[in-house]
Amino acid sequence: MSMVAEAPLKNAVPTDQELIDFVVREARLIDEQRFDEWLDMYADDAFYWMPLEWNQTDPRLTCSLMYEDKLLLSIRVERLKGARTFSQKPKSRCHHVLQTPQVDSRDAAANRYVTWTPIHYVETRLDEQALYAAWITHHLCVEDGKLKIKLKRVDLINCDAAFGNIQLFM
Amino acid sequence: MTRYAGNAEALRALVREQEVHRDVYVSEEVFQLEMEHMFPNSWVYVGHDSQVPNAGDYFGTTIGTQPVLLVRHTDGKVHVLHNRCPHKGTRITSETCGNTGKFFRCPYHAWSFKTDGSLLAIPLKKGYENTGFEQSHAAPGMAPVRHVRNYRGFVFAKINDGGLDFEEFFGESLSSFDNMIDRSPVGQLKVAGGVLRYMHNCNWKMLVENQTDTCHPMVAHESSAGTAVEVWKKAPPGTKKPMAVEIIAPFMSPYEFFENMGIRIWDNGHGHTGVHHSIHSDYSAVPGYFEKMKAAYGEERAKAILDENRHNTVYFPNIMIKGPIQLLRHFKPIAANKTLVESWTFQLVDAPDMLLERTLMYNRLINAPTSIVGHDDLEMYERAQEGLHSNGNEWVNLQRLYSPDEAGQTNVAVNGTSEWPMRHQFRAWTKFMTMGM
Ligand code: FES
Ligand SMILES: [Fe+2]
Repeated sequence: MSMVAEAPLKNAVPTDQELIDFVVREARLIDEQRFDEWLDMYADDAFYWMPLEWNQTDPRLTCSLMYEDKLLLSIRVERLKGARTFSQKPKSRCHHVLQTPQVDSRDAAANRYVTWTPIHYVETRLDEQALYAAWITHHLCVEDGKLKIKLKRVDLINCDAAFGNIQLFM
Repeated sequence: MTRYAGNAEALRALVREQEVHRDVYVSEEVFQLEMEHMFPNSWVYVGHDSQVPNAGDYFGTTIGTQPVLLVRHTDGKVHVLHNRCPHKGTRITSETCGNTGKFFRCPYHAWSFKTDGSLLAIPLKKGYENTGFEQSHAAPGMAPVRHVRNYRGFVFAKINDGGLDFEEFFGESLSSFDNMIDRSPVGQLKVAGGVLRYMHNCNWKMLVENQTDTCHPMVAHESSAGTAVEVWKKAPPGTKKPMAVEIIAPFMSPYEFFENMGIRIWDNGHGHTGVHHSIHSDYSAVPGYFEKMKAAYGEERAKAILDENRHNTVYFPNIMIKGPIQLLRHFKPIAANKTLVESWTFQLVDAPDMLLERTLMYNRLINAPTSIVGHDDLEMYERAQEGLHSNGNEWVNLQRLYSPDEAGQTNVAVNGTSEWPMRHQFRAWTKFMTMGM
């Protein structure tokens, strides 16, 4: 598998197609387990948020499955490479199916673009395979001519169910 | 094939002074006997009364594998009812929690019950006239669990009439609940933040044991906590240590740290790690909190409450609490090889929000199905659940720092890496498993 390198934005303001390509690229980098490149798609002050509650509004005083800044995400990425990461021996694999992302809002003046993407996500390890359904909201911005993720919100359809291990990223 | 039913001798033989037979983890028959005897003979945690603040409020949960309801009756008292209709067995409530008003109404044939479980009305009641209905099992209504105790908000229930009374069962161990509750300036906790539910393919006792297993963090969690420490080292000098690093890094503390933290043993399988210090000892102070505590309790008492650093307190059979961060983990048995872990968090009433924020961060970093620390642990439990099917050795070793005179000793503090708490849990296991058999 080879994927073209990320192209710089053609203009200062991204087109809808550029926003869509970016979201699709993110999923593909995860599926290909290119986690360092994946992490580069996040702004330094980004958050990856997976709410625990249906329609959750507060990540601070309501618990979440994940509410992680870039430091915590980079710990995850490093851990996946670790020689003594036994829960990844053997490694998990994952697979995204995305609906075409929809551009929900674009505000060039505020440098804020929001997309919405329904997904099916499969994570597998050894003989186990789990299927998850979710809606992903990306809050994007442009930094130095490149798109970056400010917030990725993953709303699982069954966010309040009891899960086994979820080890990779949706 | 039944090997253990009605055979107290065979059950006792599963637990030796320094080892236990693998059947306590893998045998479905032993699991069924735990549900029939050990759980009903014990005081089992049901829920917190802040989950049912108003009359008619209910919360559905399980005692062992039996469905029960925690409910606030019209008189303000909290009851525990078996959650099944006396008619055909239908579960009465639709949601996990809610308010039923003045009575429960079964959705199948509309029998109704007061919130203490007693039968209120049956449609077409005439059809039961002259049938001896008053003597039937159905007549009393939804069966209550008869032995219920609300300890400062924490509700426990015992299904069987025999066994120990509440005080005898818990003894001095309630001091850990006291300390957790006293950390609120008004001495009150409230369930808050939502519950994390994490499915484990292993026996529930592996989780209970793990709560006092201080020889595993620096090994099993090297991948998560060790990596966190390494990544944090690369932060530019002078960067303020984030809350997340304060929480996760102490898991990498050396053996010495855990040896010195100490373990205390109480009666009936209860005990706690962190007699002297714990992984929660060095968290940053939360602005404004000590002042509130001082105003409420006076300086000396406030200090005494906050200097208590108990790490994990295990209450036999199946919960653990962390007083310093107001967290309760409930290990709910489903099958010999299946356990649902619920991790609950509490707000200290009248204390700064930041304490709850830290508690919730701890919970999702350590106890969520998406937690890398959780992944480390579950991998070990599942490997054990699998490995125990080997006939090469049928015994699990619990020998570390064993001393022959330990049975019967209570309220003693020992080396923090001792497996005494696990041996102690299994002594209680035998006691409540075979009680009245
Ligand atoms: S089953 Fe409940 S009323 Fe018939
Ligand atoms: Fe652990």
